[in-house]
Amino acid sequence: MSQLKVTKPGLSSVQDAGRFGLQRYGLAPAGAMDLRSLEIGNQLIGNAPHTAAIEVAPLPFTVRSLRGGFRFAMTGADRSVHIEGQSAAMNATHWVEEGKILRFGGCRHGVFSYLCFQGGIKAVPQYKSFSVDKNAGLGRPYSRPLSEGDLLDVNDAPQNFVEQSISPTDNVQTNGPIRVILGPQDDHFFPESIATFLQTRWRIAHASDRMSYKLDGPRIAHSRGYNIVSDGTVRGSVQITGSGQPLVLLADRGTVGGYPKIATISSLDLDRFSQLAAGTAFSFKLISVQESQRLLRLRAKSSALRIAKRDDPARCNVDLSKVINANVAGDAVSAVDPL
Amino acid sequence: MYEAPRIIPCGDSAASVEFGQEIETAASDLVLGLDREVSRHRIHGVLETVPTYRSLLVHYDPLKTSFDTLVSELLEHCDLNTGPVTTNRVWEVPVFYGGEHGVDLHDLADLHGISPEALVERHTFADYRVCMIGFMPGFAYLSGLDEKLHTPRRRDPRPNAPPGTISIGGQQTALQSVEGPSGWHWIGRTPLEVFSPTRRPMCLMEPGDIIRFSAISAGAWNAAHDRCVSLVEDAIR
Repeated sequence: MSQLKVTKPGLSSVQDAGRFGLQRYGLAPAGAMDLRSLEIGNQLIGNAPHTAAIEVAPLPFTVRSLRGGFRFAMTGADRSVHIEGQSAAMNATHWVEEGKILRFGGCRHGVFSYLCFQGGIKAVPQYKSFSVDKNAGLGRPYSRPLSEGDLLDVNDAPQNFVEQSISPTDNVQTNGPIRVILGPQDDHFFPESIATFLQTRWRIAHASDRMSYKLDGPRIAHSRGYNIVSDGTVRGSVQITGSGQPLVLLADRGTVGGYPKIATISSLDLDRFSQLAAGTAFSFKLISVQESQRLLRLRAKSSALRIAKRDDPARCNVDLSKVINANVAGDAVSAVDPL
Repeated sequence: MYEAPRIIPCGDSAASVEFGQEIETAASDLVLGLDREVSRHRIHGVLETVPTYRSLLVHYDPLKTSFDTLVSELLEHCDLNTGPVTTNRVWEVPVFYGGEHGVDLHDLADLHGISPEALVERHTFADYRVCMIGFMPGFAYLSGLDEKLHTPRRRDPRPNAPPGTISIGGQQTALQSVEGPSGWHWIGRTPLEVFSPTRRPMCLMEPGDIIRFSAISAGAWNAAHDRCVSLVEDAIR
């Protein structure tokens, strides 16, 4: 077992795929905002796809290896990686020796990066998950976001592992619109309101977090008031609040809500949406539930990653179409480049 | 209430089986009845369900089933002749009304033109049903509030309602579980820990449980709290 210490926490928390089965008791699943990047990091390093990792939001993040070495891979939102001052690549596995400092810069594109450890973080899960749920007081090893001085135990990793990588994906951008399925309360809006919702170039507002993203743009008018008898929410529910502002509910959402939900983001685009940084412009596009489910099945069949051994340049090329299908977080669009 | 349930997609991984748009006991019966059926029959692809006042949210894996398949399976399990559905569990919940534990009690009584004592009497008289747990972990939404106590929510929510807060908002009354924001009127507080992450069960109440409030007229918070903890420990054992 090795141990590391968080020396600069930024905005980070331990997350896996989330804690399911407790939504009927008001516990949101929490979990990684960009599940696909978590899966890629774990696959690179040889872990089960949903092994818990540290989710690092845009601020810089630093850890120090206290005892024993460890192997990691960093995926998701692009940022600089330095091992004891030496630059290292994202989307690749690296060994960090005891006593060395591992430093990640602020992110350049997207929002969330995933620091995956070979062998995984060592802790006893709660309700089968490590994910932090601050409201419920659950999460391992800490039931809150990470803070300075926190210690993390990491399971042993083999030292004779051949380092792996996938090709850098900075320039892989699938800038397509975010697909939405209408409902469940689209009947609480005028046809013109729905048209405005679908035609607008929205921007992610700055007051956005793991609970919800607010969208800046025109106000969307309700046709039957803005109070409904509260009903269940899902990851990707688009509520229209009393003031007419869209609010997209995400991993740490409330499990029920009383504002009408005009639409729901398709699972095809949820990870990509979560990687849209504040200020980023995007639009929605309608898709039927049947078509969304057909594409999900296709994606599940074709999204196997081609991982290359790092010392074998001939195999380092990744099939770009697969990376795009895999929805690597590099395809999040930049806040500064308009779509 | 609708004549037939509506099943509406909530994205590609959940569907809402809606029985009506209002808070009605009959709709809650249908929701809880379907919830039991879905859990008993283990419908292929269903991951978890969330009962609410008027609809059952069904989360599913779209790689294991499809919306169209699920709709027909769910319709088969909707029994519109379901009678009252409860868990046969009744919780006697002790409450310190007013004062520091219920800062809005006096204003609310004034608003309804009754004395705080009369308000407490009305609030403790009814049997409530836990229709929905949500928003925050363990937060219980109840039905059965006396019509005379219906009160529009506050214009602006306040932060940090303490755990155990009993509140009124619209036609609902609620039992707050963990500290959190609330736009409702705070009339009292129970020392009963309705939610505790380290306890099994974490959440004392289930949808379908019955709740009766009783006023604690005197005594210290800490003593009442300790008594509740040991009562719950005994009940769980």
